[in-house]
Amino acid sequence: MRQNLHDLTGVTYLVGSADIAAAMPAVPALPPFDGRILEFLNAVAKALLADREAKAYPDVVTFAFWIRSASTKKLKERFCRDDGAVRLGRGVAFHIAPSNVPVNYAYSLAAGLLTGNANIVRVPSKDFPQVDIIDRALQSVLAMPEHREMRKRICLVRYGRDRAVNDALSAMADTRVIWGGDATIAEVRKSSLPPRGSEVTFADRFSLAVIDADKYLALEDKDHIAQDFYNDTYLTDQNACTSPRMVIWTGGKKEEAKAEFWRRLHDLVRKKYTFQPIQGVNKLTSGYLAAVNREGVRVAPHEDNLLVRVRVPALDGGVMDLKDNSGYFFEYDCGDILELKPLCDDSRCQTVSYLGDKDMFRPLLAAGGRGIDRIVPIGKTMDFDLIWDGYDLVSRLTRTVSMI
Amino acid sequence: MTFEELLQVPPYSLGHEEKHALLTERLLELTEHHRDRCPEYRRMLKSVGYDAGSVSGYEDLPFLPVRLFKELSLRSVPQEDVVKTMTSSGTTGQAVSRIYLDRTTSANQQKAMVKIVSDFLGASRLPMIVLDCPSVVKDRNMFSARGAGILGFSIFGARKIYALDDDMHLDREALTAFLEKFQGQDILLFGFTFMVWQHFYKELVRLKEQGVTFDLSRGILIHGGGWKKLASEAVSPQEFHDRLRDVCGIDRVHDYYGMVEQTGCIYMQCECGHLHASVFSDVIMRRPLDFGVCGVGEPGIIQVVSAIPESYPGHSLLTEDEGVLLGEDDCPCGRKGKYFKINGRLKNAEIRGCSDTYAAKFA
Repeated sequence: MRQNLHDLTGVTYLVGSADIAAAMPAVPALPPFDGRILEFLNAVAKALLADREAKAYPDVVTFAFWIRSASTKKLKERFCRDDGAVRLGRGVAFHIAPSNVPVNYAYSLAAGLLTGNANIVRVPSKDFPQVDIIDRALQSVLAMPEHREMRKRICLVRYGRDRAVNDALSAMADTRVIWGGDATIAEVRKSSLPPRGSEVTFADRFSLAVIDADKYLALEDKDHIAQDFYNDTYLTDQNACTSPRMVIWTGGKKEEAKAEFWRRLHDLVRKKYTFQPIQGVNKLTSGYLAAVNREGVRVAPHEDNLLVRVRVPALDGGVMDLKDNSGYFFEYDCGDILELKPLCDDSRCQTVSYLGDKDMFRPLLAAGGRGIDRIVPIGKTMDFDLIWDGYDLVSRLTRTVSMI
Repeated sequence: MTFEELLQVPPYSLGHEEKHALLTERLLELTEHHRDRCPEYRRMLKSVGYDAGSVSGYEDLPFLPVRLFKELSLRSVPQEDVVKTMTSSGTTGQAVSRIYLDRTTSANQQKAMVKIVSDFLGASRLPMIVLDCPSVVKDRNMFSARGAGILGFSIFGARKIYALDDDMHLDREALTAFLEKFQGQDILLFGFTFMVWQHFYKELVRLKEQGVTFDLSRGILIHGGGWKKLASEAVSPQEFHDRLRDVCGIDRVHDYYGMVEQTGCIYMQCECGHLHASVFSDVIMRRPLDFGVCGVGEPGIIQVVSAIPESYPGHSLLTEDEGVLLGEDDCPCGRKGKYFKINGRLKNAEIRGCSDTYAAKFA
């Protein structure tokens, strides 16, 4: 194996080295939320929060807050059960981060560390400034004598879509974490894991928002909701797995609420969003394709191409195959929450963000559909948690020693 | 009005008002025609609340993104009336447009093209050199854009040779013999811009270094297909023209803009270097942000309208090309109608997201 890793060409180590990676199978696993890990992550958080450049990137700052000890201690309380069993990291975790989200890899690494694993993380192929900032912070903390021990637990690598590298890194993985959707999963799965190797995969998903029109109209600060919704959508070109592609309206005064909601969002988009000419063509194409595929589809009149709304007369799983991004929203008027069942019965259905009473979803969950992994208020769709995509990452990235 | 009536009009003779009225009438009729016959098109019009009563000119008509012809089979005639299916020349792995032609539309494409090109070449047919290989036109059931272009232009050639063999090598003997035979006469050369550069120009340069030259000073080159590949080699239209003249003396060079989705009504480049709309079609530059109509000099996404398509709903299309309207009715070459230039293809969107894009959703 050692030989093998050194022979691989085209692999760049941003943090760590081929030596460190090759030695990982022998690195002792730690219990989840070990004090040394929490201290290390807290030191990284401090380095990030002291970094001037980092302040320009809200995603980096959010990550820094998430790994502060104040935050990780809360996670520890939530996830550490005192049931007599001993839990340990699985060993070597090999993570493949998505290529077009800057900080996702850092969360994956943090999850791997918090659960006591040694981690090899493939970072995005694109040169994001966020990656440089976070890597700089990691390097600076790893250089501190008190955090030396962590060096053998972290390798950040960059390489092209190279089967040989996937093969080598998968062969030494006790667990593999694949972000990046269906195509990436299919690609990486060509490389086999050891017989006991486990895997967590983050597949292609879709998400939706449910807004109670009357609750919305009663809100004092409607601009705040517009900002929250903007962050859930346009901030990632409405193309994250968590981004609502459809807005479902409940309640009485739907038309009044829609007019208000979309007008405020549009004002914000006009100020903040960088529009690319092809996006207008894409949305026009998607609207027509939806119209051909579904009887009764109506494209709402729109003053420009920043925000396109497409009204669908009925909900079914297939309608989400027609989704688009960058400000393209399906809309549906809902009388009874169970009308969402066909949509949410699709295992690709991930996050339901809401404005209103979350208890309204209980009948839907009780109906036993295959979808819906998260129900969160509007504005919180991107908040990372160790329960993600329906997986409890703490249990998935550790093993439990039964001791009776 | 019928297309036959439009064919009676010389292709570059109408000023703005006359052309606008004529095309609006024809395009409104075509919109109704396709709405009646193509169910998919009918649903599209319904989805955007199309109302013929609120159309005051053809710029008010809906336009379909050309990409829809890659995603859908759009026909306004029964399958048994389809005599030709044209496809765009997508690169490997990309979806291709499929355009269904019946006898009438196919014939009208050719008639329009004859009118347009004759305005540049004159009425008599010329000896013709195709700067491509013969195999491109072999399969007549599936017309690629390259094959369709060659066959379309072949009607202007009296005697025709292919300058390249099927391995894309220049056939020197055949070319020499052909040029000797038609010495002192005008000769039509036709090819795709990139092919002309890659397999003809570069070979002429190589041969010139060995002392072998060809005299094409009586040649008239018509080429099309776009500049994307040449732009990546940093060859500008001006340089293309200059270097071809330097290597073989050819000076009459006409680029054209056209697409398989609206075959026939091509936009020929005039002696002043401008692309021209004929009476059979028009361009409307649209602002990306709101699809509003651009003014002269303002770059926009090119919409093309054509009076020809009856067998498929392609009479009003939004391309993915960016262009600039340079003027209307006042080109120094004397041709009426709009004249414009192409800036190139719109860039693919760079979007964020959790799912990696191994292949773009839309090719």
